[in-house]
Amino acid sequence: MNAGEVTVKHSITFMLDGQAHTPPPFAPDTTLLNYLREHLYRKGTKEGCAEGDCGACTVVVADLQHGSVRYRALNACIQLLATLDGKALFTVESLQHGKQLHPVQQALVDCHASQCGFCTPGFVMSLFALYQNQPNASRLQISQALSGNLCRCTGYRPILEAGERMYEYAHAFPNDDLAETTLITTLTQWAQQPHSLLLEHDGKRFCAPTSLGKLAILLERYPDATLLAGATDVGLWITKQHRDLPTLISLNKVAGLDQITTHAGWLEIAAAVSLEAAFQAIVAHYPSLRELHERFASLPIRNAGTLGGNIANGSPIGDSMPALLVLGARIRLRKGDATRELPLEAFYLAYQQKDLAAGEFVEAVRIPLPNAATGLLRCYKISKRFEQDISAVCAAFHIQLDAKERVTEARIAYGGMAGIPKRASHCEAALSGQAWEQASVTAAMKALEHDFQPLTDMRASATYRMNVAKNLLLKYLLETTGESVSLYATGVQA
Amino acid sequence: MSIGKPIKHDSAELHVTGAAHYTDDLPEPRDTLYAAIGISQQAHARLRSVNLDAVRQAAGVIAVITAADITGVNHLGGAMQDEPVFATDTVEYIGQAIFAVAATSVEAARRAARLAVIDYDPLPHNLDIQHAVEQQQFVLPSKHLQRGQPETALQQAPHRLSGHFQLGGQEHFYLEGMIAFALPREHGDVLIYSSTQHPHHDQKTLASVLGLTEKDIVLECRRMGGAFGGKESQPALFASIAALLALKTQRPVKLRLDRDDDITITGKRHCFDIHYEAGFNDAGLLQGVKLVYASRCGISADLSGPVNDRSMFHADNAYYLEHVDIVSHRCKTNSQSNTAFRGFGGPQGMMAIEYVLDDVARYLQCDPLAVRRANFYGTNGVRSQTHYGMEVEDNIIQRIVNELESSADYQQRRADIIAFNRNSPWLKKGMALTPVKFGISFTATFFNQAGALLHIYSDGSVQLNHGGLEMGQGLYTKVAQVVAEELQIPLSQIRCTATRTDKVPNASATAASSGSDLNGMAAQDAARTLKQRLTEFAASHYGVDAASIVFQDGQIHLGTAKTVSFAHLAHDAWINRISLSATGFYRTPKIHYDPQTMTGRPFYYFAYGAAVSEVIIDTLTGENRVVRVDILHDVGQSLNPALDIGQIEGGFIQGMGWLTTEQLWWDNSGRLRTHAPSTYKIPVAGDIPTQFTVKLLDNNANVEHTIYRSKAVGEPPLMLAMSVFFALRDAVASVGDYRCSPPLQAPATPEAILNAVQAVRDTMQDNA
Repeated sequence: MNAGEVTVKHSITFMLDGQAHTPPPFAPDTTLLNYLREHLYRKGTKEGCAEGDCGACTVVVADLQHGSVRYRALNACIQLLATLDGKALFTVESLQHGKQLHPVQQALVDCHASQCGFCTPGFVMSLFALYQNQPNASRLQISQALSGNLCRCTGYRPILEAGERMYEYAHAFPNDDLAETTLITTLTQWAQQPHSLLLEHDGKRFCAPTSLGKLAILLERYPDATLLAGATDVGLWITKQHRDLPTLISLNKVAGLDQITTHAGWLEIAAAVSLEAAFQAIVAHYPSLRELHERFASLPIRNAGTLGGNIANGSPIGDSMPALLVLGARIRLRKGDATRELPLEAFYLAYQQKDLAAGEFVEAVRIPLPNAATGLLRCYKISKRFEQDISAVCAAFHIQLDAKERVTEARIAYGGMAGIPKRASHCEAALSGQAWEQASVTAAMKALEHDFQPLTDMRASATYRMNVAKNLLLKYLLETTGESVSLYATGVQA
Repeated sequence: MSIGKPIKHDSAELHVTGAAHYTDDLPEPRDTLYAAIGISQQAHARLRSVNLDAVRQAAGVIAVITAADITGVNHLGGAMQDEPVFATDTVEYIGQAIFAVAATSVEAARRAARLAVIDYDPLPHNLDIQHAVEQQQFVLPSKHLQRGQPETALQQAPHRLSGHFQLGGQEHFYLEGMIAFALPREHGDVLIYSSTQHPHHDQKTLASVLGLTEKDIVLECRRMGGAFGGKESQPALFASIAALLALKTQRPVKLRLDRDDDITITGKRHCFDIHYEAGFNDAGLLQGVKLVYASRCGISADLSGPVNDRSMFHADNAYYLEHVDIVSHRCKTNSQSNTAFRGFGGPQGMMAIEYVLDDVARYLQCDPLAVRRANFYGTNGVRSQTHYGMEVEDNIIQRIVNELESSADYQQRRADIIAFNRNSPWLKKGMALTPVKFGISFTATFFNQAGALLHIYSDGSVQLNHGGLEMGQGLYTKVAQVVAEELQIPLSQIRCTATRTDKVPNASATAASSGSDLNGMAAQDAARTLKQRLTEFAASHYGVDAASIVFQDGQIHLGTAKTVSFAHLAHDAWINRISLSATGFYRTPKIHYDPQTMTGRPFYYFAYGAAVSEVIIDTLTGENRVVRVDILHDVGQSLNPALDIGQIEGGFIQGMGWLTTEQLWWDNSGRLRTHAPSTYKIPVAGDIPTQFTVKLLDNNANVEHTIYRSKAVGEPPLMLAMSVFFALRDAVASVGDYRCSPPLQAPATPEAILNAVQAVRDTMQDNA
């Protein structure tokens, strides 16, 4: 074998309860949940919705991140089994030590935190991930860790309490340092021997190449292949639309695609970086995007889904794009060896139409780092429910003011207002050169009517969308001129 | 020894370890097939042709059935017999079952079900309540209930208001979707594992659909992953389809619904349109009220009759309505057949009167609590008869509201909120205190009965069975507590076994909050029978006076001389050929009700409670947070405070969801577009009040002789969430300096709130 060449494997292996587990040949579109329930007869993990929105199927997947184990809660219903290769899986059945309940489980029992119990395994696993990742979590952190878990019975109070109390049980539970050492050893071993995957079954295939070069070859060979990263969308094509996906090509093993790198003036986020990791990096530079981060889907979805996927998908209600548009983000597209870079706003042509050639994919997004020219950045998401909801309207504002408080540049973008995430050019024009005050904003609010003709659907009416789009501009003015109009500050955190 | 203690749920450990078996978790025989339903894609149409060739030829398909395969009668057995299992000539909503398929895998069945070629001849469809009222499209005749001289009272009242508002429905969103698993047995019988609140109803329906008798059919349910009323009548459809396919193929057939299909097919809480007229005096005392309720029932009656009756009964909530006129229209619409949902029409009935009183308070420019208080039922026979002729004998609403007003610091906080709002132009706070009085019993008197079956084995361990279903509320735990108390044995010695139609026959639905009231009493009856039998045996066997025998903490004291363990006694009784099995039975006393005149005593007693909610809204977006909630609730003498508090908190949050984020939205084609958790938003952990205090009312034994003087707790707390809605309305009212009544609709989504804010601003401008 030549240096740099890696082997191809035709089966997957992952750690389950301290043992390496290799499933027998399976259909490449098999979901992890179906594998658990129908093949391993692990019936503790439940199907509540099969679309990653209820959390009853939550499992924990561990992998190595800079030498230590990272535990992530994921929705097994839309996670593909094949993507577990080289990782460790924990299900609700994994936690007990003999007859002794895990601290998370004991705390839930003692807090009377289950009623019908159907959602409970999912809560156990979300809390288990938190327990493993964090020595003590605040009420807010617990609540955020549970944003992807629906419970219809308890009203959540006892579950949140169990999240606070679970740490108290740690001392009575057998120390599992040894297990973790074994886990690290195995995962490290696996990581040192990277391999690509080619799974074929009944005429369907799943490929996980390890380099951009091999990815390019595969895309050329299978031009109709479905690219897969977090499967938060593709998973639903399988569970809900019953689509035939003859070729799935995963980005997850491609070297470099899981990297966040800083360049001169740019933050570069590669295609397979999870939304959670991406947002952590972005918020570190742009703290005003924190609320957007926390309201973006749920933690298990952010753990699985990727920023690249959100951008490439190009949904008019994708929540990352308005902020990226006003920040002047650019994307790099790759086809084979050829790459090209373009401003994000040039990527979206019309509803479900993108400047993307066959076989081409979004390799990375480049976000300018804050500098002297960075102005006042805010992003607002409006939805029926505060957390884990899809926007009715998402608005991002970024203006620069001169010394006289006049707008030198305005970048304003909205989601949910048109067939694509879109800048509000009339609104921007109305503000440019104007004093940053109520009168200019009133005119700019009016200008929005020339930018957008939103739709009515189950999330909001056209009228509401337009009214809120206008009001958010006013809110932005208020908040950048010293007035707090944030429920986020008063409500969640109180 | 266990009554009144915060005992954990009997399945808690099974829940947290994933070891609790729900229907889909039961081991499957290896020849099991999986079913899927083919549903209508049109809201109203004649079926020109239904071509199922492609379905039959699809990979893995073993059987396809339509109405033609029904061996009995093609209807779902509701009182009106107005809903088929499978549509034949006409479909009436998007989601109506037309055929079903059984295949070798879930995926194969679901894929095949999509291959039907159906030629529809579209007919006009309607989902609008007012349009149905105008066209007199009803699933049941309208009802009318009147007391006093409302017309005269209205005319003579110093002040008069009228209004209209809309109240959305609610999807149950039980986490475990509908499922039925049917196994063929000899004689052409069938055993069905089903997630159902009413196995006997399903058994009766199946007997009719399959052309069998009730003895030929057994249903079993150990637990449901939530139900909330959604599994009271509607599982019958899925059990019928699974059983038809199982008998046709002679193989086990499991029908588990995909979530989207579940929400698309099944009925929900009824949406209501409410019109009112109210006359009142300067103090806000209602002198005459007229209410017109119109509800969206969907395509068939289902449980809409009793649901809407309960709305009428609860038009009073906790208030004495001296002169009142109530009309109830049960509208037929081309949508899911709406059904039971926690509160069973009561919440909608009560929202109406709360809305009226809120409007009255705004009109009089006074604290809504003062107006509510002025209208409460009296005590000792004063202002104490309901509009349906039942005496309110146990009124404690004043006490509850007084205690809560003080413990929640209502008056000071209200003043603080008004002050805050004066200085906060965009964020506005609101607060409301609302009461609950809820009638306990099935209004259909015959349902108020229950049975239990108790076995003591030769080692002293006990199996308990009763007709009630476990859906998370902790019924099995509470009933086991009753038996443990009666026999004085530890709970660990008792196993409550899965509810089965062949163990306790003819059991009522576990519904109407009545689970522990009915089944607790039935189990107590069985336990007392066995205890009596054991006492008599012990007296003769050990030669002691029966009166001196005491059961205590697992021991039987035989006078002062000798003590034996319960296991020892059980063993001796077995050896001496004493029957150690008994049934128990209970029927609720005192209740009677004439459905023609809508008068009588439909309820054994009332459960009470009150809540204060504080909210903050963003008047630029309508988004909001519930900041603080204080609840004081009456459960009588609690059987288990931990379980009761769980019901109160859970019910409250569920009610809050109904009135805030949970919106059902149909498009113009009549398709429900909020058919998954991605679009239908129930509360998550982050939505619960930052401060959330729930207390049980102290020292309040039920005046009626219920099981250990407890009170039912399943439904009443849901209505405590009315306080959230009226707090939101209060916050909106502050935009107009509390000088007009915001036209806030429910659910109070951000959009509904922003609309109301805008309406208040417009009104203020018009008045300026």
